[in-house]
Amino acid sequence: MNKLISSVSPHFHTPRTSTKIMLDVIIALMPAAVASVIIFGWRALLVIGVCVLTCVLSEFLFEKLCKKENTVSDLSAVVTGMLLAFNLPVSIPVWQAVIGSVVAIIVVKQLFGGIGQNFANPAITARIIMLVAFAGPMTNWTNPVGIPDSVTSATPLAVMTNGGALPSYKDLFLGYYPGSLGETCTLALLLGGIYLLIRRVISWHTPVAFIGTVAIMSLVCGKDVLGQLLSGGLMIGAIFMATDYSTTPSTKWGKIIFGVGCGLITILIRFWGNYPEGVSYSILIMNILTPFISKLTRSKPLTGGGKQ
Amino acid sequence: MKLHGIRVPHKKNTANSVPVRLGVPKTVYIPMSMHIGKPAKAVVKKGDTVRVGQLIGEADGFISAPVHSSVSGTVAKLEDMTISNGMKVQCVVIDTDGEQTVFEGVKPPEVNDLQSLVEAVKNSGAVGLGGAGFPTFVKLSVKDLSKLDAVVINAAECEPYITSDTRTMLDKSEFILKGIEALKKHLEVKRFVIGIEKNKPEAIEKMRRLAADTDGVEVKVLPSSYPQGGEKVLVYNTVKKIIPKGGLPLDVGVIVINVTTLAFIGEYLETGMPLVEKCVTVDGSAVKEPKNVIAPIGMTIADLLEGAGGTKAEVAKALYGGPMMGLAVPSLDSPVLKNTNAVTAMDVKEATPPKPTPCIRCGACLNHCPLRLDPREISKAYKTASPEDLLSLQVDLCMECGCCSYICPAHRPLVQTNKLAKAMLRTYKASAKKEGK
Repeated sequence: MNKLISSVSPHFHTPRTSTKIMLDVIIALMPAAVASVIIFGWRALLVIGVCVLTCVLSEFLFEKLCKKENTVSDLSAVVTGMLLAFNLPVSIPVWQAVIGSVVAIIVVKQLFGGIGQNFANPAITARIIMLVAFAGPMTNWTNPVGIPDSVTSATPLAVMTNGGALPSYKDLFLGYYPGSLGETCTLALLLGGIYLLIRRVISWHTPVAFIGTVAIMSLVCGKDVLGQLLSGGLMIGAIFMATDYSTTPSTKWGKIIFGVGCGLITILIRFWGNYPEGVSYSILIMNILTPFISKLTRSKPLTGGGKQ
Repeated sequence: MKLHGIRVPHKKNTANSVPVRLGVPKTVYIPMSMHIGKPAKAVVKKGDTVRVGQLIGEADGFISAPVHSSVSGTVAKLEDMTISNGMKVQCVVIDTDGEQTVFEGVKPPEVNDLQSLVEAVKNSGAVGLGGAGFPTFVKLSVKDLSKLDAVVINAAECEPYITSDTRTMLDKSEFILKGIEALKKHLEVKRFVIGIEKNKPEAIEKMRRLAADTDGVEVKVLPSSYPQGGEKVLVYNTVKKIIPKGGLPLDVGVIVINVTTLAFIGEYLETGMPLVEKCVTVDGSAVKEPKNVIAPIGMTIADLLEGAGGTKAEVAKALYGGPMMGLAVPSLDSPVLKNTNAVTAMDVKEATPPKPTPCIRCGACLNHCPLRLDPREISKAYKTASPEDLLSLQVDLCMECGCCSYICPAHRPLVQTNKLAKAMLRTYKASAKKEGK
């Protein structure tokens, strides 16, 4: 008689895997990737490629070196690479993109234990570190393809702070303005967001709370609401970064608090801070608060008033 | 408030399969423990002649149940047998004569009050046929009838593959009615709620017709999300009450009874034939022709699979019950038990569990737990051996439905860890109690 497999129930499992979830995120990022190439030219593809490759390689080598089980196949490093690239100006020197990617994967993710263990979003933290380390290149914005260099290449948020001519809402929506290569095209990011919602990879709570807070606060402060929503890293931040599993709360109310917090900090930095943009910082600060939010919003088990 | 749950594949391939009676096997193996509680005491010895329905094991202690012979034949031996929970229990092995002569003592019981009803149910050998195998008469021994508001009939059948309760509703509705009437009369209950998952339209239709003709019976259509048949979920979704932790349905004025158990009681009251055979759904990826069969209790799973048309692939794993909460049997020599409502035979592909990968903190487990536990935190508390944390996380509330393990995209063994954590908490509580004294 053959030996039977003995295992504890359940004996059925969801066909979903971590890899498939990451693949969905990559698919959702594709419209923005295509848009970045159309808007900023082929160099966008180079930056994305360099970041993805470096992230995957760093993860592979680090795990090899530490004799840890290899997790490259879960594709999370690809997602980090894409997101980091999307947060860089298209003119970023390749070696700086490489350093940023290494920092994202090794310092922010792997040193804290790898996938699911890091408390801060790798792409955002790496971007902030790069902003400090390479302040010049990181804020050297180029105009979209077809707009001559003679035209000022300040980001819309900088224009709003310092004055000047703002691109039309249509151009803002389509992403035809200077900015990080993957953050400008709201249309593409929204398409990706809808895909993630349909695939149930993310829930609506964080993005709606985040974007809603920014909209309401802009209205209250008498700012250009649509301009605030369509420019800067708000869309990519709210849809793709503030919904990262590892670094944000898992409960419904936790997500809402996280989103509102991000929105408030973004507004604070945008309207009263020294930087024109605050999305990255807001998400990083809320990442740090996540364990507390999680504890605060933990669902109450249905004990029906039973004994301890 | 809506309880969480998960969408599992239904795979109700056998819903239209009218049960076929299998031929009598050469030998049956009847364990003395097919219920929760103390094993029955064997009252036959080697060489005894037994007939269908004859008592072969008597109930021992309050929470116990008698066992009857499912065949006519000769007792070959009494042997110890390892059952699927790893315990060794005594088992009566009977060589059948193929005659299936009915025991002369089988006659309808006389029932005229609650006490005689409880006695009859006890003598019938009835246990919870939905899976748990809790002796039914214990459930019916209600001390204070005024506390009882309703009887919830569990016809959710939320496990994939299984359709034996569906068949009970379609084929034995007259016995369900008889069971309801007996309980109505002697338990003085006025309200009966039959909870059926939405994916069984024919059964719902049939039960609605029954309810239309009977006072106090209502049908509650439950959403198609697992685990509707879990006692706590069922009671909440039918009468909107939450059974307190560590309590019984009776604490919220309810008795829950499985629909097949109830139909069996109805049938027993009419015929007097104890629980000796079961309608079993035979399905799974290794089964050639999925179908419902009627098998004598004690028939081996190997004989059952053979009788049901054989297998199309090597059986890599066989379960008592369905894939969500089913128990893997140690070998195909394991017998059909009283509470076996299905046998799921899986081929290698279906049987091999996916490899766990690191947790990505997606939160699917805690957002799908019907009782709103946090399996992720429980795992952490278990790994760091922190029973105080387990206490505050209320892990002992876990009903082990397996939603968390099913839904986890990293395929973490969450419910398995919950079980271990529950054991850790039990040990901790026991030692705390000792120190307290």
